[in-house]
Amino acid sequence: MGAIYRREIKSFFSSSIAYVFLTSFFLFSGYFFFAGTLLQATTDMSGMFGALFLIVVILIPVLTMKLLSEEKKQKTDQGLLTAPVSLWGIVLGKYFAALTLYTIGLCVTLVYAFILSYFGTVLWGMVISNFLSMFLLGSAFIAVGVFISSLTENQITSAVTSFLVLIVLYLIDQIAALINIDFIKNALMSLSFYTRYIEFTRGIFNLSSIVFYISVAFVFNFLTVRVFEKKRWS
Amino acid sequence: MIEVKNLTKFYGDKKAVDNISFKVNKGEILGFLGPNGAGKSTTMNILTGYISSSSGQVLINGTDILEEPTKAKKNIGYLPEIPPLYVDMTVSEYLNFMFDLKKCKQPRKSHIKDVCSLCKITDVENRIIKNLSKGYRQRVGLAQALIGNPPVLILDEPTVGLDPKQIIEIRTLIKKLGKGHTVILSSHILSEIQAVCDRIIIINKGVLAADGTADSISQNITNQHRITARIEGNTKTIADKPKIVETIKSIKGVKYVRADMEREKGIYDYDIESEQGIDIRRELNKICTEKNWNILMLQLSELTLEDIFLKITMGEGIVIPKDENNTDNNDNKVNHINLNKEDNNNNGGEK
Repeated sequence: MGAIYRREIKSFFSSSIAYVFLTSFFLFSGYFFFAGTLLQATTDMSGMFGALFLIVVILIPVLTMKLLSEEKKQKTDQGLLTAPVSLWGIVLGKYFAALTLYTIGLCVTLVYAFILSYFGTVLWGMVISNFLSMFLLGSAFIAVGVFISSLTENQITSAVTSFLVLIVLYLIDQIAALINIDFIKNALMSLSFYTRYIEFTRGIFNLSSIVFYISVAFVFNFLTVRVFEKKRWS
Repeated sequence: MIEVKNLTKFYGDKKAVDNISFKVNKGEILGFLGPNGAGKSTTMNILTGYISSSSGQVLINGTDILEEPTKAKKNIGYLPEIPPLYVDMTVSEYLNFMFDLKKCKQPRKSHIKDVCSLCKITDVENRIIKNLSKGYRQRVGLAQALIGNPPVLILDEPTVGLDPKQIIEIRTLIKKLGKGHTVILSSHILSEIQAVCDRIIIINKGVLAADGTADSISQNITNQHRITARIEGNTKTIADKPKIVETIKSIKGVKYVRADMEREKGIYDYDIESEQGIDIRRELNKICTEKNWNILMLQLSELTLEDIFLKITMGEGIVIPKDENNTDNNDNKVNHINLNKEDNNNNGGEK
């Protein structure tokens, strides 16, 4: 797992992906920080974090699109699958590499908080809660992206599909609002990533939400492992 | 070292590999032959744990590849048909990655250096794989298989894309590796298989069609044995021809005699076919001496590997049974036709 993790990190930075991701993330977060916090003359960064949800939905497919699809296309998966590593090792190595790059991007929000602390009082509890919520959201979404990348050989297909799926997850509240049947409505609402995320940005630390995000990450990584397993047996 | 038992693989309804069993011992180089789509790569992919079989068992060094994959895979170096290269890495980055991936214990720097010099890629070590030619990529692929010095090497067409000089180098390398490793290699180049391998397995339509040395397979493939003799008669004219043919026909076990072209002035070649298991050379010699004829040349018409390969794979294909009683016939009384290399042919598969 370690070897795969290190290779992926290196590959992010030797290709354009890391730079595209980080630049876009810094650009958007910078803008929202300026418009939502600095212009409002407040030290509350929740507005910025709330707005970043959509940016994450758009940018995560960029991180995950080639992780497994490119392996299949270049037939390098044959090297991985015949090496003495477990399937979990392969999948998690890739997953944590993407999560690491995502977290590097995320750390810029801490820089903003430090800047703010020169001008006023920053509620660090809120900042940490916001940071954690973004991190958990990312860890769930990256798992979804890795899973979709394992289904195809084409990076673009992988990116577009991941983007669509994440958008649906983003809009799940609105979809739920359209449904009249209570049972389905409640089920969909409880799957809402957005509601849980906004809860965090307001400083509500909900254990069930943490469990929810981690479970989603686990389930999709598990499914990715199953995809590999199935491929061997078909 | 490698034991394959009743391996079967279905792709949907199609049987890609049908009940294949064989065993490879330590220090043996086994050649895989077969036409395209015969199931060679599928078999190799199953051996290395890339795909799993529908039924049957693969033991690598006594470890089941399905039950303890990580342990079994540690013993295998695999070069697939398309080398699994990350084209955005340099050669040394890639080999270092494979070193980590295989969790090797050797001293890193010197081991990678050794492998590079074995495969002759030291001069491209710092180049990005994307920019390498096919031959170099192939050699990097081979280097990757050698990393960690695994006891079993499985090489799927290792010399594809190499120039003739490199092919000879790689062949020599494989031969050298074969002394300490168990090697399975597949190739389309029959002469290569013949030059490198101790033993040959021919797979046709997913079925194991033949198993043994080139010589032992060729013995089993033909029912009759042919020799060509150039015999000088008394008159040294065409008048000798019918006499000689008649005389040879009278030898016990001869099925068919035909006078061939006039090779030297007044001297003809004769194609002689005898029944299976009967060697007429001694009889022939005796009769010729009696009649005061001279045998100027005696040649066994042997099947080349090409002949064997075509015979097995043409049309519906045939399956050569492994001839268990080969060794029993190996004494003078039975006069088993032991083609050219005398006695070491008969126990070919059991070295």
